[in-house]
Amino acid sequence: MTALLNVKDLRAYYGQVQALHGLSFSLNEGSLTTLLGANGAGKTTTLRAICNMVRSTGSIEFEGAALTSRSTEGIVRLGIAHVPQGRGTFTNMTVEENLQLGAITRKDHAGIVSDMERMYAHFPVLKQRYTQQAGTLSGGEQQMLAVARALMLRPRLMLLDEPSFGLAPLVVRDLFGILGKINREDKVSILVVEQNAQLALELADQAYVIETGRIVMSGAAKDIANNEDVRKSYLGY
Amino acid sequence: MSAVEDVATQAAAVEAVPKRAMTLGTGTSLVVLTLLLVVPLFVKNFIIFQMTMLLIYGVAVLALNILTGGSGQFSLGQSAFYAIGAYTSAILMEQYDVNYALTLPVAGLVCFGAGFLFGQPALRLSGVYLALATFALATAMPQLLKLGYFEKWTGGVQGLVVTKPDAPFGLHMSQDVWLYYFTLVITVAIYVFSVNLLRSRSGRAFMAIRDNEIAASAMGVNVALYKTLAFGVSAGITGVAGGLGAIAVQFVAPDSYTIQFAIALFLGMVVGGVGWLPGSFIGSAFIIFVPNIAENISKGLSGAVFGVLLFLVIFLLPHGARQIAIVGQQLLARLRR
Amino acid sequence: MELFTNQILAGISTGAIYACLALAVVMIYQAIDHLNFAQGEMAMFSTFISWQLMQWGLPYWVAFVLTIAFSFAGGIAIERVLFKPLAKAPILTNVAGFIALYSIINSSAGLIWDFTIKQYPTPFGSAPFLGSQLISTHQAGMIGVTLLLLLALYFFFQYTRVGLAMRAAASLPESARLVGINTSWMIALGWGMAAAIGAIAGILIAPVVFLEPNMMLGTLIYGFAAAVLGGLTSPFGAVVGGFLVGIFENLAGTYIPYAGNELKLPIALALIVSILVVKPAGLFGRHIVKRV
Repeated sequence: MTALLNVKDLRAYYGQVQALHGLSFSLNEGSLTTLLGANGAGKTTTLRAICNMVRSTGSIEFEGAALTSRSTEGIVRLGIAHVPQGRGTFTNMTVEENLQLGAITRKDHAGIVSDMERMYAHFPVLKQRYTQQAGTLSGGEQQMLAVARALMLRPRLMLLDEPSFGLAPLVVRDLFGILGKINREDKVSILVVEQNAQLALELADQAYVIETGRIVMSGAAKDIANNEDVRKSYLGY
Repeated sequence: MSAVEDVATQAAAVEAVPKRAMTLGTGTSLVVLTLLLVVPLFVKNFIIFQMTMLLIYGVAVLALNILTGGSGQFSLGQSAFYAIGAYTSAILMEQYDVNYALTLPVAGLVCFGAGFLFGQPALRLSGVYLALATFALATAMPQLLKLGYFEKWTGGVQGLVVTKPDAPFGLHMSQDVWLYYFTLVITVAIYVFSVNLLRSRSGRAFMAIRDNEIAASAMGVNVALYKTLAFGVSAGITGVAGGLGAIAVQFVAPDSYTIQFAIALFLGMVVGGVGWLPGSFIGSAFIIFVPNIAENISKGLSGAVFGVLLFLVIFLLPHGARQIAIVGQQLLARLRR
Repeated sequence: MELFTNQILAGISTGAIYACLALAVVMIYQAIDHLNFAQGEMAMFSTFISWQLMQWGLPYWVAFVLTIAFSFAGGIAIERVLFKPLAKAPILTNVAGFIALYSIINSSAGLIWDFTIKQYPTPFGSAPFLGSQLISTHQAGMIGVTLLLLLALYFFFQYTRVGLAMRAAASLPESARLVGINTSWMIALGWGMAAAIGAIAGILIAPVVFLEPNMMLGTLIYGFAAAVLGGLTSPFGAVVGGFLVGIFENLAGTYIPYAGNELKLPIALALIVSILVVKPAGLFGRHIVKRV
């Protein structure tokens, strides 16, 4: 199987501070991969570096195309949708406008309309609220909106930054269920960064563990979940 | 969560300048002072007049520099305070026969009051809003001065002619030379005062506000008080400069104090280096001589030249003359070794 | 009573111009969080260009359209060359940039077309509008054009993709980039539109204040007052602010002794300062919370 995303020796900097120290990993077409690690390990930075939102060196290839020299919006146009930490909701716009923004780079009007319907099928609550200002949605609803907005791009790869953050456990279950479905049915590869390791490992097929800017462990999600040493020392459950 | 996270903070209003970098060393100061004392003995009256104006505009730019470089507030309205100072001196001298030297403290006090009062609402504004309010003030000032209601004092559109003072104590020097030395004494006094002000407790409070207003207030700095104080002090010094200007030019009229003049003072500060007090006088030389040269080439050209130079400074020398001074200093240090 | 109605109507028609200029100011403020002090001068320069085109024999509406196109391109060019590099600079640097631009445009207009006052034509004529003594056809035209412009902008922002993208880029640049919007070009587009809207304001007011390099100074101050009253972040607010400020100016000129034209600018000053003190976020603006 060919790698969809290939990251080699990635180093990232915030001003003088180095946050990633030579990270390498790859992600297969159609896979659901999770990136685990404690606070400050560099998970968010990795996602931001993929979209060129932080100064970095090293090589990042998506379907053989180098990403490092491209602008954020150029990378998104290649088919990488990024659901950032804090969801990045356009709070003063309506739910529908948020979804339209997700598809703003697409030209196929009919496709956009049918995708919108598909999103409403995935997330019925968004349909009920489509004229409402997005800022008035609850945290869980906003997270669903953010995922739906990212899917409106018809991405090849979706990057999710802590989708469970601040959500009630039941809502998280629901959301992760939908993510699995999207991965299987829509053939969208997913890279999800999580602190909730247990849940992420249930969902994912591949997993990487980061600590202080380096990959310390990788393998099939099942194996990592079953390895008690790893669980205790890195994942804390 | 990542350890390092971007926090959405507003860009700083003004880049921070450390206190030590705000002044000249003792040696350099003495050389400059000696030059300022000796040169007038050897040059023509017109050049002495221009040197006087250089000092006066320098004081006005210095005042703006205290406000912006010191406390991080903007003012595009310094021309208004300069005008108030100039009119105060002119009216006291011509309508009430007050001695010219005594009009200056009054001009300073009146402008301090005006600045403090204007600062009251302005202290609630920051950045662009303050720039906007002072921009409006500078635009409105000529119309206020022309107002028919005040005409018996201000002379309306015509303005007022001011008598040039003679040298006192039977000193044998021309009016121009006397006025130059008179201005020099006041300039030095204001400069020393400003340097000490910025080194004092108040100065530290100004700079804390400049660098981070919210953090400053959390540390117990009375932000409202110090912001208005900075505004008042700056306006007061500008007022003294205005009074001196009226005496030196021997004339005040509303249209001498337009927004263009405020822009010139602002330019002087940026060229001299924001927060570098001696740079005020370099900036002042710039705004006096550049328009002269430009107007010789074509009438109305000076605005365009000002603008282009301002852009060049912004892009090439963001720290103004201070940057050149620093480079010069490093070269000197290298030569010595 | 007739005087009162008359002044209200006159206020609405000058308010239309303030509304246009405020709209232009808001356009740029939303994109880059800075006030364009050169907005009035840009409008003045555009107006001179249309005048020049008419001097060369072009009909009014052709000159009008060409000028709008030129201003649009000029606005984009100014942003690309001069202000894009300043995007991350301190506020002071940006203010200095706007002041420099103000100086350059004002002075070059004087150099090219000199400082004498010029007549500027109106396509609407100046007869009483619909036989009423209250308002002239030019004033009615000013109101009409502004309302049309407003409607067009509303449709642009509400119902077109580019409009939606511009709104997204202005409200959350980072999220906008993450859906693939080129935010940098959206800013340039904002500048272009602001310049074009300013040009319309200049062309409409020129028959009233006459054409000369300093014609927009007073108008700009009122435009700022309108923008601040409307809240700086709301195009709709800017327009409402424009009309309110126009009415206020005319009523103050009529009913406050000494006011009139002599106090035009001081009234604007008082207006700006009082709005900023009493309601800094304006009527329709968002409160911006600053953090350490």
